[in-house]
Amino acid sequence: LIKTAKYIATPGKGILAADESTGTIGKRLSSINVENVESNRQALRELLFTAPGAFDYLSGVILFEETLYQKSSDGKPFVDLLTAGGVVPGIKVDKGTVDIAGTNGETTTQGLDSLGARCAKYYEAGARFAKWRAVLKIGAAGEPSELAVKQNAEGLARYALLCQENGLVPIVEPEILTDGGHDIKTCAAVTERVLAAVYKSLNDHKVLLEGTLLKPNMVTPGSDSPKVGAEVIAEYTVAALRRTVPPAVPGVVFLSGGQSEEAATQNLNAMNKLEVLKPWTLSFSFGRALQQSTLKKWLGKKENVAAAQATFLVRCKANSEATLGKYAGSGDGDAAASESLYVKGYKY
Amino acid sequence: MRSQYLWTASRKEENVSFASFTWYTEKRERKYVPESGQKRGWQEDCSNQSSAIHIQKASFHLTTHIPCVPPEPEAMASATLLKSSFLPKKAEWGATRQAAAPKPVTVSMVVRASAYADELVKTACQDSYKVTTHIDPWMNNHLKVLLIIINYCKVEDSLEKKTVASPGRGILAMDESNATCGKRLASIGLENTEANRQAYRTLLVSAPGLGNYISGAILFEETLYQSTVDGKKIVDILVEQGIVPGIKVDKGLVPLTGSNNESWCQGLDGLASREAAYYQAGARFAKWRTVVSIPNGPSELAVKEAAWGLARYAAISQDNGLVPIVEPEILLDGEHGIERTFEVAQKVWAETFYYMAENNVMFEGILLKPSMVTPGAECKDKATPEQVAEYTLKLLHRRIPPAVPGIMFLSGGQSEVEATQNLNAMNQSPNPWHVSFSYARALQNTCLKTWGGRPENLKAAQDALLLRAKANSLAQLGKYTSDGEAAEAKEGMFVKNYSY
Repeated sequence: LIKTAKYIATPGKGILAADESTGTIGKRLSSINVENVESNRQALRELLFTAPGAFDYLSGVILFEETLYQKSSDGKPFVDLLTAGGVVPGIKVDKGTVDIAGTNGETTTQGLDSLGARCAKYYEAGARFAKWRAVLKIGAAGEPSELAVKQNAEGLARYALLCQENGLVPIVEPEILTDGGHDIKTCAAVTERVLAAVYKSLNDHKVLLEGTLLKPNMVTPGSDSPKVGAEVIAEYTVAALRRTVPPAVPGVVFLSGGQSEEAATQNLNAMNKLEVLKPWTLSFSFGRALQQSTLKKWLGKKENVAAAQATFLVRCKANSEATLGKYAGSGDGDAAASESLYVKGYKY
Repeated sequence: MRSQYLWTASRKEENVSFASFTWYTEKRERKYVPESGQKRGWQEDCSNQSSAIHIQKASFHLTTHIPCVPPEPEAMASATLLKSSFLPKKAEWGATRQAAAPKPVTVSMVVRASAYADELVKTACQDSYKVTTHIDPWMNNHLKVLLIIINYCKVEDSLEKKTVASPGRGILAMDESNATCGKRLASIGLENTEANRQAYRTLLVSAPGLGNYISGAILFEETLYQSTVDGKKIVDILVEQGIVPGIKVDKGLVPLTGSNNESWCQGLDGLASREAAYYQAGARFAKWRTVVSIPNGPSELAVKEAAWGLARYAAISQDNGLVPIVEPEILLDGEHGIERTFEVAQKVWAETFYYMAENNVMFEGILLKPSMVTPGAECKDKATPEQVAEYTLKLLHRRIPPAVPGIMFLSGGQSEVEATQNLNAMNQSPNPWHVSFSYARALQNTCLKTWGGRPENLKAAQDALLLRAKANSLAQLGKYTSDGEAAEAKEGMFVKNYSY
């Protein structure tokens, strides 16, 4: 577990989150007018996994269950393709969110039932890490409430322990949505509160921190608030992590959560340039922020695959440089890369 | 949801008055009475709404749960709120649940950012570049916010030695209470008078060049206000030496009711005003020592109490300009092995940090004083310095956020040489926090014996102190070797059931 976690957290590499559920991937495909059928889903994933050179910049890929058992068009299982390329396959194991009764629209994540058995099965299929997404929101009435925080933290801890018992490195993902008009300081305070609760739960459940990874949100102003520069986001984010994440955790792989591809990369870069002691590597686990412009280039057409893969490579490389603090910005001003991917009230 | 609670929690028999909450249905008013002297507090105006306060007594944890629905007239119980009449009848249950859709209410809670934030960080650690703090979202807009970022950089020799967590330096703990100091003096045949205590402390603080190895000195209250026989304030001597004065602020251990013969640490009453006074007298950091005993469990209660007390103390200290040294000592007493110590230590530190986070303690402005992870004193299997270092560092890596600038270990009854060797082993590779020492007996033992109360031995005693201070300074830099250590220094100082 420790070895896998450390490998995933290799500086210069990051994670591609390609674990969109069938419903969610349907939205992506429909945005480029492609039908949501298995062959198209397989085609998209194959495009990503066979992009030449991309594996240099990726240490892991999170898959959806369907994809874990899928093969490429020449019959090679995706899992084998990835593993051969030095990329660790991972698996989304949660079963989505449900509302917590009595709260103002706050949610908890389902999926603990038979999780141990499912993890064992996924391990056999070749997965070596798992992901579970807990969702919290900042609201005017002081959300996230104590109840929501505790619930989600406990859920994450139970999930993490079950994964470790079955050989999977758990990625702990407490996402705090950007929806809202709050400022960055509020986000920072909430992030710290949530991360403190998460680590308390992990510790109480005796999760082996050296065999976990954290997938937090970056600390940013709310979606309805004025934007701030990458350096500011970097400062607040790193400060929040320094206050809550013990050095035993090998890596922090950020989620992009609706930021544009370019913004996500810039923010990550700024964080790695910060001259402050960070005992964990700061890397990426991006979904939309790696795939968006690639999707737009592909449009579902075979003839666009090469171009789409080239675009994908550009983003992978950019983020890899960002993890080393060496990203110089995309000089070409690619419009798609700068397009915000934020959707209000986004449901995965 | 209608919630009408009458709750008074006071532990007067233990000389602590906890919070007292009173909820009057007629007036619909709720008051939170903060501890005296404390500047924090919150009020809620809930004039047409009801709300519930939940207090989990076991963890002394306060939450405000805010679903607010105007109570229906027939549901209002009488003033003796413990009658069951406020519970909805079974038939109504479904209906009332539907009706109790929570309406969000904004509660304005004023959590004041410490006015001393900058200074706390500077005292704790070296150069802070930018200063910004934030406050919990329960705040008013007009409050000032700052977030602190610490940059670690090499300390040049010429840099003013203002900070406690500086390389090659540690803390001299000389805060023995009068009773404890009496034991020390008695061991060299001296009477426990103020003059003798004054003479001894003067000896310690005026050792020439002590400031090269010592960055802070923890004093007892008497010493903070004491002067030497020449009329110079001890605090001033320390400052001249480049040593930051600190003050012990707890009021000692007392039996913890409901536990397995364990203790808890007193001292929260009036802590704020006492610390404000100590700040005026020149203190810049504080110390609070609570204990956890492995042979007695430790019970869940004892661990929670220790952690919560430390968290409260830390918050109050920061509010009054003192960097809190957080000391949950896991006593050496016992036959347990190193694995058990490790397990307990992980639990204690997880609790402590969580409660500190809940109390909005700023981690960049605290210091830790943990016990090293060692086997119990009566355990058959001894551990090498490398083993102690391995377990202790693992503990730190798993529980201590990197924002904490310094970790100053206590010696807790180890011999002078043992304590130094263990510290050295821990500093063989770089750590995310400054790993140093805060020793009392492990620095003073030989010095005290050498002095023997005789003025003619003054220089020799000071030399002995400097010798140990230098050894530990080297250990902090990972450069210590035990060649040339006297046999006496290797003598263990563990005393069974030692009470301070």
